[in-house]
Formats: sequence, structure tokens, C-alpha cells
Amino acid sequence: MPTEIKMPQLGESVVEGTIGKWLKQPGDKVDEYEALLEVMTDKVDSEVPAPSAGVLREILVPEGETVSVGTLIAILDSADESQAVVQETTTVQEVGGNNTSSRPTNRSTTVGAPPISPVVARLVAEHNLEVSQISGTGQGGRVTKQDVLKFISQQAQLVKQPEPVAEPTPPNPVAPPPVTPAPVAPVSPAAPVPTITELPEDAELVPISPMRRIIAEHMVRSRSIAPHVTTVAEVDLSKIVAHRSRYKADFERQNVKLTFTPYFVQASVAALQAAPVLNGTYSDEGIVLNHRINMGIAVALDEGLIVPVVRDADEKNLLGLSRAVNDLSDRARTRRLKPDETQGGTFTISNHGVSGSLFATPIINQPQSGILGVGAIQKRAVVITQDGVDAIAIRPMCYISLTFDHRITDGAMADTFLMTIKNYLETYAGE
Amino acid sequence: MAEITLLESIRTGLDEMMAIDDRVFVFGEDVGKRGGVFRVTEGLYEKYGPMRIIDSPLAESVIVGACIGASVNDTLPVAEIQFADFIHPSFNQIVSEAARIRYRSNGDWSVPMVIRAPYGGGIHGALYHSQSIEAIFCHIPGLKVVAPATPYDAKGLLKASIEDPDPVLFLEHKKCYRLIKGPIPEEDYRLPIGKADVKRSGSDLTVIAYGLMMHYSLEAAKQLEQEGIDAEIIDLRTLRPLDVDAILASVTKTSKVLIVHEDNLTGGLGGEISAIISEHAFEHLDGPIRRVCGPDVPAMPYAKTLEEVFLPSVEQITDAMRELAAY
Repeated sequence: MPTEIKMPQLGESVVEGTIGKWLKQPGDKVDEYEALLEVMTDKVDSEVPAPSAGVLREILVPEGETVSVGTLIAILDSADESQAVVQETTTVQEVGGNNTSSRPTNRSTTVGAPPISPVVARLVAEHNLEVSQISGTGQGGRVTKQDVLKFISQQAQLVKQPEPVAEPTPPNPVAPPPVTPAPVAPVSPAAPVPTITELPEDAELVPISPMRRIIAEHMVRSRSIAPHVTTVAEVDLSKIVAHRSRYKADFERQNVKLTFTPYFVQASVAALQAAPVLNGTYSDEGIVLNHRINMGIAVALDEGLIVPVVRDADEKNLLGLSRAVNDLSDRARTRRLKPDETQGGTFTISNHGVSGSLFATPIINQPQSGILGVGAIQKRAVVITQDGVDAIAIRPMCYISLTFDHRITDGAMADTFLMTIKNYLETYAGE
Repeated sequence: MAEITLLESIRTGLDEMMAIDDRVFVFGEDVGKRGGVFRVTEGLYEKYGPMRIIDSPLAESVIVGACIGASVNDTLPVAEIQFADFIHPSFNQIVSEAARIRYRSNGDWSVPMVIRAPYGGGIHGALYHSQSIEAIFCHIPGLKVVAPATPYDAKGLLKASIEDPDPVLFLEHKKCYRLIKGPIPEEDYRLPIGKADVKRSGSDLTVIAYGLMMHYSLEAAKQLEQEGIDAEIIDLRTLRPLDVDAILASVTKTSKVLIVHEDNLTGGLGGEISAIISEHAFEHLDGPIRRVCGPDVPAMPYAKTLEEVFLPSVEQITDAMRELAAY
């Protein structure tokens, strides 16, 4: 059996130590009690002696890394055993027709560091941990699932000092939209998020999903680089409601569910053509004006939100837009979007009204410059003027908001955009 | 609730089904006046007469073949193969006919037949009276394979098997026949085919077993409780179709799996279960999937000492569980 070298406890209250220097390298011969490495703690620095004579086989924790007490840091082959290992691996397996032989159950017992099981690999990745941080209680010091779960719950209880807030990520206006459906790599621990100083007794710490983390980072970044301004208008949707109820059955026969969203896409296309700067991106080198109109449609999921993109929205009619919007949102909800289907958007529509909201001020989906918020459609009593006579009428009304990047344009242009939408929808005559 | 043996639960299950549905009949060797070699059908001949408890010739292919014919003529046959060891002459009838008629007739015909077969060893039955044949038949699409371990499960599953519109191979462990007793409710009940049962809930590791080995695993879990090892025991009850959901739910919970069966290791059900787990729950595994199975030796030997070596023991299971828990 190889001898395991673990991080020793260098004092009663010491729970971790930092590898200062390895005094021996793999392959070096060591005598019993000869110093193997230097360990630094916040209290003392000391040398760790070899528990027996032998050859240092493997260093598992590099210099400068801090690990908890009991963590496996190196493996030492005892003097007489370094040969035994060789012998064991060269033993000829008896080959027979039967599987009755006493085949070694774990072939990796004599090689290297203990293996990491799939569940442990998944848990440490999900919680952004290093296996070396966790002391193992399994066979050969292996970190078990229970060790990881225990470590996580201990971490949650631990009172931590708040870390200094890191510099915000520099603005990067041409970066691709970060909300993607594909599994996302864990975000670096240096994210500018304050650490929890103390977890209240009647609270629990819920791990952050990769999608949630990405959304969080994106929102902070967008708010920090783009000065957000929101302008609001109210739209009478009588024409749209009438058009929709007239064509709904027609569309259904073609297997397409006609919703309000494609009308707002059409209106936004018209508005972007009237205010093309809102289809662009602000950068220090200049304003990137996109000639193609790729419309992002925000779709709410249980665990977050995602913005699939209807490409070349200006080239599609109502039927084509309906098909595209339905298909993308269906697949977004069932997590079957392809990665590139959430990329390349030039403008976004957030239909927050579906959940009852009257109006909202959404955050711009970087690197775009504007986002249209569509509120709930409600019947309201409004004053209309017909043949010069004022009258109160009941109309399906809806608040729409445009949140735009004030670096790229100003309020007047934003209002041109909103008024174009309003006029388009209120005078809608179909195609 | 009355405590009865596994054997009695099968007899009462048969009796109750025959009483409520005169399409049910039994066909097998010595099942009539003699009441079967294990006495499962004892008393039924007197009650239902020679037209419904029918002695067959010593020809298993006839037993199954005739029952297939009867089953497509509005009857619900229960074929008895005296020992599962003797099922092989009827292999062609079961595999090529019974299991395929629904498919072959595009759903127009089906074979609502049950084939009862006592299997397994540990009763000093030697080569021709100890075989475990489940893996061979679990490979056959179109066939259901049921292997209950307790009287309650046996009765509920037998009734469901008789009512099932397709052929069911109903395996009864011989050593469990009189060894295993359990409570049975007075009222009529059925248990669904294809559902496993958590016989013991635990958090440290999962043991998947059926038949006699399920009882041995329960015993092992009881012993390990004192060592602080908390094992979950899954009784498969149905071997085909496997209750994949139940298996994966338990693996997700415990992350460690031991599969125990008396049938020999290679090509046994354990391999299939292991493959299912690594395909669908790989990221939940915290250790290798282990098996304790009968050895790949042609048959159960006669000598008591050798028979003991052949049959997986409570001790072997305990050792494997302990090792896996420590992994």
C-alpha cells in the first residue's frame, strides 16, 4: 500500500494550510522523518516530515494552494513497496471460461490519486468547488458524495469575511448575447457579487444555476455600461384585436396559433426602419448600424429567461412571423433551441404583459440598444373623437415602453420609434 | 391479517381467480389429483373438476402449445411447468409463438396465458431441479416475466398476470415456497406488473434483488444497520419490463448500487440493470455498480457443501454491501 500524505493539523484551531514549498519532487528518495514540504498557516510555518522511508510518487497539491486539514496532498511509496506495486501489476490474470475468479474489484487501488466518481465530479462543478478542498472519508481517502454534501452544508454555515468587490468587467459592446440555451461553463469565482456574511437561521442557501448566474452577470453589465432611459406610450389595439379574431381560424387551418406577438414584431420592424439607430450598437469606434433586423423575443422559463431570435423579421409576413415565434418559443420552453438561435439579435421585445404587468422598464439585451416592453391588453374606457364629437368608448388598450441606450440616441428619436409603433398598430389594415 | 406461505398465496390466488372466471384453467404435469409436486394446486381438482384442472402429458412443448391454442379461443390458461428446469422443451412455443402472436397478427390476436414455473435452488435439487432461467426469457420482447418474493406480492401479481392480455412467465422461487410467510389482506386486490417495491428504505446504498436473494439482502441490511450502514432494498418483483423509474429514483438517492441475483453472472439481469443505470444516472453514481451473483458454473451441484458455495449467501451480500458503503 502506498502511504498517503495528508495536510496535517498544525494547531488546535487550524482548519487549513497552504503548501509553502515542496522540498522533495516526485521520484526523490526520502528517509523516515526527513522533511517533505513546508506548510504555511495563518499561525505558523512548519516542515512536514515523511512518515516512512520511500520514494515520493506524486504531488497532488501544488505550491501556494490552500487546502483543508486532512486533504490528500501527496503519495509516498514506502521503500519496500515501490517494487511490490510493480509486481502486482505484472501478475498474470488467470484466464478461464468462468467469471468466478476473485477478480480485483477495484483496479485503480494501486494507481495515483483516488478516483473521482461521476456524482462527485458533478457536485463540485455545480457548486464551483475543488475536490482538493474536501477531505475524503472513502476508500483510499476518496472524496465521497456524502463528503461533498457535508462540505457544502458546512460552507453554507460558515461565517465568511466579505471579500473586496472586484472591478466590474470592462464594457464590451460587441460581445455576443450571453444568454444561451446550451450548458454554460461555470463562471469565475471573481464575479463582483458580495459574499454572504451570515446566513440567517431561518434561511437556506440555494445554489445558483449556470443560467441564473449568466442572467445576473448580464443584467449587471448592461446596467453598468448603458444609460437606460424608458419612454411609454398607450396604444389602442382595436384594429389588431379585430384582425386577429378574423384570421385566427384561417391560421389555425394552417396549423399556426395566431398570437399578438407577431403584430408587435411587425410594428417594431416598421419602427426600426423609421429609427434605424435603435437597430444598432454603440461602440467607441462608432455606431454599428445593422442592416438586418433580427428580432429577439424574450421567453420566460421556470429557471430563468431566454431570448431566441427571429432572423430577418422584416422579410416575413404575419404567417411567417407567427410560425417563427411559435416555433422558437416552444423550443425555448422545452430547451431544444440551437445555440445560434439565441445569437445575432439586433432588437428585443419583452412581452411582460402576458403575466399581467401593465408596463415595465426592461433591461437592454447587450449589445443591442433598445428593448420594447409590451404590457397587458386591457379593456379601458377612453375618450375618442368621432366626427368632431367626443365620446367615451371601451377599447382594448395596451401600454408599450421603449427602454433605450441614451448613448446612441435621444428621447425624440425614441418617441419617433414609439409613435411609429402606435400608428402602425392603430391603423393596422393587414398585408 | 392472516399469515400464509408464498405457496399458499399462489394457491388461493389461483382458487379465487378460478372461482370468479370460468375461463381460467390449469394445465400441467400432476396438477390434478396429485395437486402438483409442490401441492400448489392441492384441493383445486376436487373443487373445479378434471375439465379445469387438467393433467398434461410429460411434454412441456405440449403444455405451452396447447395453452396458446386455448388462449386464442377465449380462455385464460395457467400452464404449470413442474420445474423451471424443464421449460426448455417449450422454449420454441414460448419465444417463437406466444411472445410474438400479438406482433405477428398486427394486434388482432393475443395470448392471455400465464406460465407458472418454480425456479431457483437451495433445496438440494441438484442439476435438474435448481435452475434460474429468468435471464433467458427476459431477453424476449413480447413476454412479461414476473418473480415475486413475498406472499402478498405473489397473490396480487398472479391475479394481474392471469388478467393480463399477453403471456406472462410467472416465476416462483422454490425455497421461498414454504420458507417465506407474510400477511395477506382478506379483500380482493391486484398488483401492477412492471412495478418494483422498496422493501426497505435507506440512504447509503441501494441493493436491487428479487426472489430469494431479496430476502437475503433484507437480512444483510438488517445486520448492517448495527454498523450504521443504511441500505435501501429494491424488490424488482417484475423482471421484464423492468421498473426503470424506481431503479433510477433509488440510485439518484443513494448513488451506490449492488445488484444481487442467484442466476449466474454473465448475461444475467444485473448486467442490464447496470447498463440502464450508467446510461441514465451516470452523474449520480458515487461508486462502481457491483454484482453478487451465482457463479458461471453449468448448474447447481448436489452436494450440500457445494450447493452452499454456489448460492450467494447473506454473508457475501453483507460483505459486498459493507465494501460498497465504504467506497
